[in-house]
Amino acid sequence: MDLLSFARGPALQWALVIFLLGVVWRLTGILLLGRAPDYSEPRNAPAWPGAFKLILTRSWPKREFAARTAFGETMSYVFHIGLAIVVLGFAPHILLIQSLTGLSWPGLPTGLVTLSAALTAGALAVLLVRRLMHPVLRLISNFDDYFSWLVVMLPVVTGLMATAHAGPRYETMLAVHILSAELMLAWLPFGKLMHSFLVFVSRGTTGALFTRKGAAL
Amino acid sequence: MSNGDIDARFPLELEAPRFGLKKPEARFDVQGDMGDDARIATAMKNFVRDFGAVAATYMESCIHCGMCAESCHFYVATGEAKYTPIWKLEPFKQAYKREMGPFAFFFRTFNLKKRTTVAQLKEWQELIYDSCTMCGRCTMICPMAIDIASLVGLARHGMAQAGLVPHELWGVAERSDREGSPLGATPKVFKERCEWLADEYEVSIPVDKARANIMVTMSSIEIMKYPQSIVATAKVLNHMGADWTFRSDGYEATNFGMLSGNAQWQKDISLRLINAAIACGAELLILPECGHAYGALRWQGANVYGKPLPFKVRHISEFLAENLQNGRIRVQPLAKTMTFHDPCQVSRRGGAMEAPRQAIRALGAELVEMKETGGLNWCCGGGGGVVTIHRADPIRYKAFQIKMKQVEDTGAEVLTSTCSNCRQTFDDGQAHFHWDKTMTSLLELVADNLAEAPSERPSAVK
Repeated sequence: MDLLSFARGPALQWALVIFLLGVVWRLTGILLLGRAPDYSEPRNAPAWPGAFKLILTRSWPKREFAARTAFGETMSYVFHIGLAIVVLGFAPHILLIQSLTGLSWPGLPTGLVTLSAALTAGALAVLLVRRLMHPVLRLISNFDDYFSWLVVMLPVVTGLMATAHAGPRYETMLAVHILSAELMLAWLPFGKLMHSFLVFVSRGTTGALFTRKGAAL
Repeated sequence: MSNGDIDARFPLELEAPRFGLKKPEARFDVQGDMGDDARIATAMKNFVRDFGAVAATYMESCIHCGMCAESCHFYVATGEAKYTPIWKLEPFKQAYKREMGPFAFFFRTFNLKKRTTVAQLKEWQELIYDSCTMCGRCTMICPMAIDIASLVGLARHGMAQAGLVPHELWGVAERSDREGSPLGATPKVFKERCEWLADEYEVSIPVDKARANIMVTMSSIEIMKYPQSIVATAKVLNHMGADWTFRSDGYEATNFGMLSGNAQWQKDISLRLINAAIACGAELLILPECGHAYGALRWQGANVYGKPLPFKVRHISEFLAENLQNGRIRVQPLAKTMTFHDPCQVSRRGGAMEAPRQAIRALGAELVEMKETGGLNWCCGGGGGVVTIHRADPIRYKAFQIKMKQVEDTGAEVLTSTCSNCRQTFDDGQAHFHWDKTMTSLLELVADNLAEAPSERPSAVK
């Protein structure tokens, strides 16, 4: 079996298995802990609409904080949106998703996808430098932060190289690209990338609890 | 240690702009004589004692973006990275991942997270107590909406049981549990004060009525430092013709058990109020101008009690707003510009944000909001017990400068709030900076501007 067949076959299957089991294990490990009953008289009931409200509204920074957080948030938005365009808009990716799920949609022009990937890589690079330079970020960062950065950056860079036919033979480059994306998938449940799921749980939790009290959101 | 020894080691300071313990010559920031292993085990056991899905969600969700630093008055005022809110929980995050999280097995087996040590917790005492007012502003900025303040509360549970509470906070909390008040406002002192104030101000102050519709509570800061608040409370309730009482078996609303992290003391202190209100058949318990008292009883009281409370709990500002609006409290117009400092635990975290504003408008004053206000208000820097800790004074004063600027920028004639702990933090900051602004009490403003001849009003409560 050559490298590309391995990447497209067993490696993909294993990455998906680890991803799915890891996500389920981590989410159930958290959610099965149970919640203590709250006997206080609620200010607002039901509180659950607050969960949905905060899931949506916390995506946008508050005016009062904008001046101090604008740079980091802009860069983060660039790479999150850029990643979404690349993952969901690139025709070969859509083919892969179709083969796994049966779902399909029209792809975006390759030029736009390439530009998005380049901007994503640029924003990620800037954010890494910032993490290394900013006293707060340097202090609170650990292995997870740097490794997660790496496993996100690798598929972007190898994908750009594969489409540009740069580096080794195209098939090899493509195999490396697919393997790097599988590494990201397999790592996702174990580190901070899990925020792609936890963001709903965490915001939803605070949204509901605070709405019950009428506290600020 | 005997009670006498404790009192000698932790003497009260009741003459300064800030009431609390005297500045200690020698600090005792570690309590008990546990070995290191026992201390760390106790800290962690009590940290996770109330750990459920909510705390675990928060512990799992941090993406290390560092944005919480930008919302914290201690970081913004000092620029020191260690004051980043989520960093204040680092030893506890480490312990959670290693001992409790869904992947704890891996973290332990491969030693990916090191065992938390007593030395680490001692180092973190300053971050968990001195530099966190649990104001919750960081919750507002966190893109994952992690409620860091609630996690600091859990961390304090661990620290308290492991005997790692800062000198002053332990001193006032212990006194509160033992005497019924952190500042020496014992039942005897409270009753004497009420009698004296009733004579001095010629106002009826009912204490220990057997039955009453409304039971009113006070903060020890009010009883000892701002006794005019007791008079103001009495004037307003008498003006309404309300059936109310103070109870000498449940008058002290502050809960230093909660602030220090001692869950048992928190329960003892809350149960005094709950049992007193039940004993006199109160339908309503009014909490005083105190921030954390609101969190302790309004939101945690029923959970400490283990079932819904058989009476309603309201902050005095909510009570004032409701009765100013329905006409049961009548006031003369106060034609001044006024700015309002939101006590974090009542406004941002407690949800009673509109009530004081409604009261100010009902007073006829022109409300000039600070630039960041309501849910995003800057903390005064003294909450969470921080104002009691002398060691924290330098950073507290730095943080207070943010507040001073906010107030100055409004240009308002009157500065008011609804928390006596904020008020004494302002008094202390005012003295330190020789500032010309004095914090006032919204309750006292209402009481000082009551309309005459309330008994002739048809709307008076019978």
